[in-house]
Amino acid sequence: MSELSPRKFSRRKLITTGIAAATGVGSLGVAARLAQKYGLIPPDHGGIYGLGETLTYASQRLLTRHSLAREFSRSQISKPPFPNEIPPLNDAFKNLQAGGFADWRLTVNGMVAKPASFSLAHLKSYPSQRQITMVQCEEGWSYIAEWIGLPLSQILQAVEVHPQARYVVYFSIDPDWWESVDMADALHPQTFLTYGMNGDELPVRNGGPLRLRVSRQLGYKSVKYITHLTVTDDLKHFGKGLGSAAPEGGYAWYAGI
Amino acid sequence: MCAKWYHSGVRNSACVPRAAAVVPTATVPTTTVPLRHSVFVRVTHWITTFCFLALLVSGAEIVISHPRFYWGETGNDLTPTLFKLPIPASRNFVPSGYGYVLPDQNGWSRYLHFQSAWVVVFTGLLYVVVGLVNGHLRKNLFPRGAGLSWRALSTSIAGHLRFERPSEAEAWSYNVLQRLSYLFVIFVLFPFVIWTGLAMSPAFVSAFPATVNALGGQQSARTLHFFVSLSLVLFLLVHVVMVWLAGFRNRMRAIITGRIAKPVERT
Repeated sequence: MSELSPRKFSRRKLITTGIAAATGVGSLGVAARLAQKYGLIPPDHGGIYGLGETLTYASQRLLTRHSLAREFSRSQISKPPFPNEIPPLNDAFKNLQAGGFADWRLTVNGMVAKPASFSLAHLKSYPSQRQITMVQCEEGWSYIAEWIGLPLSQILQAVEVHPQARYVVYFSIDPDWWESVDMADALHPQTFLTYGMNGDELPVRNGGPLRLRVSRQLGYKSVKYITHLTVTDDLKHFGKGLGSAAPEGGYAWYAGI
Repeated sequence: MCAKWYHSGVRNSACVPRAAAVVPTATVPTTTVPLRHSVFVRVTHWITTFCFLALLVSGAEIVISHPRFYWGETGNDLTPTLFKLPIPASRNFVPSGYGYVLPDQNGWSRYLHFQSAWVVVFTGLLYVVVGLVNGHLRKNLFPRGAGLSWRALSTSIAGHLRFERPSEAEAWSYNVLQRLSYLFVIFVLFPFVIWTGLAMSPAFVSAFPATVNALGGQQSARTLHFFVSLSLVLFLLVHVVMVWLAGFRNRMRAIITGRIAKPVERT
């Protein structure tokens, strides 16, 4: 009933309001520092939607750092497999396709001790793993498939990533298509370099011969036709500095929603 | 004594509006008129309003990129639908039955949707916590015992069906149907729309898989999210119509400035 008080702005009220405001501003500052230190700020945090993006990314990093995407039973695999729209494939892709992808290479560099280039055969020489997980598109549709490949963490281990690394940036053979994930997702056991699907080769329409599967994020983070990975501690030097092609096209960098 | 505070009975009775009744008259200067809505209620009301409109517009934009609905875990252009919205889509490949596509606005719509969701969730939590602590919920929203009787309820429903103009006293207190519908929105629809929204998030459900499994799958969550949103839109429409019928200017003034033009005479 403070509205009814004849002395609306008492000194005590002014002082307590002032202290509360100062505490609020101060703790916001501290929160921002801590968030930066623990990697809770997404690269597309600028602009009018930065608040929402930061809250989403920070809260999910705190809640879901190690959680596993839901896996499904074999009977839940979508039949027929859903191929969504793919961009027109360029000549570089078509030439490699003509050679049966024998010359497809995945180059890895950046903050690593041993930069390397992997052939598909080399990647397949690692023990293969499988996961039956869902692909969700930001449009609203979804499907479940079995993905066969190797965890990205094995490749990152092989090239000996520097401890100060914070992001892995990955590039499609389509020069307009590149994404990045933080180390929590890069080292996540369900983040796969995928070369097979539903017990078979990974079809071109689903991203074959090589797709990075990021199972806890929307489909657009699972970039098709991967040819290059680079490990970094700063995304500012890539593209417009927003983290990946998605925010440059108006979409969130972090797509775990 | 205010058992029939909702309808005609109240008009001639000596029932004092509650907002006025709680003020010890002796301490209040005669010129002071109590506020109909506290600053806290007004601010949270308008933040919620703007967030809801932003969520509605951005949600509609997101839906038109794939205006097909499914039940269960998965659904796409190759699977049967539960139902389709008879509208064109904003993406090429959706079999919408139309020969053209709408402009694609998904990018900013998604940013706006999630940002508004955060703001409205914080506002809602603040509203419920402060409302419980300062007695707003108890005094203004929880129906009082007698108000919940069949008699009071049926009188209230009949009054609404007859489109009776609300009494002067009602400008000072919510009637029982109003209380029940506000409580339903605050404690059922809002939590459910947040839950079904989160159940669509691949990262969130990786940590809390029960939230989506309990709903029957990710596409079921999407379909339910759509229907809960429709219910909230229905509430908004009824709410605005009721405000209109009750006297648009006066009610708008009350929720903006807190004051009412013609306060009830207090005895």
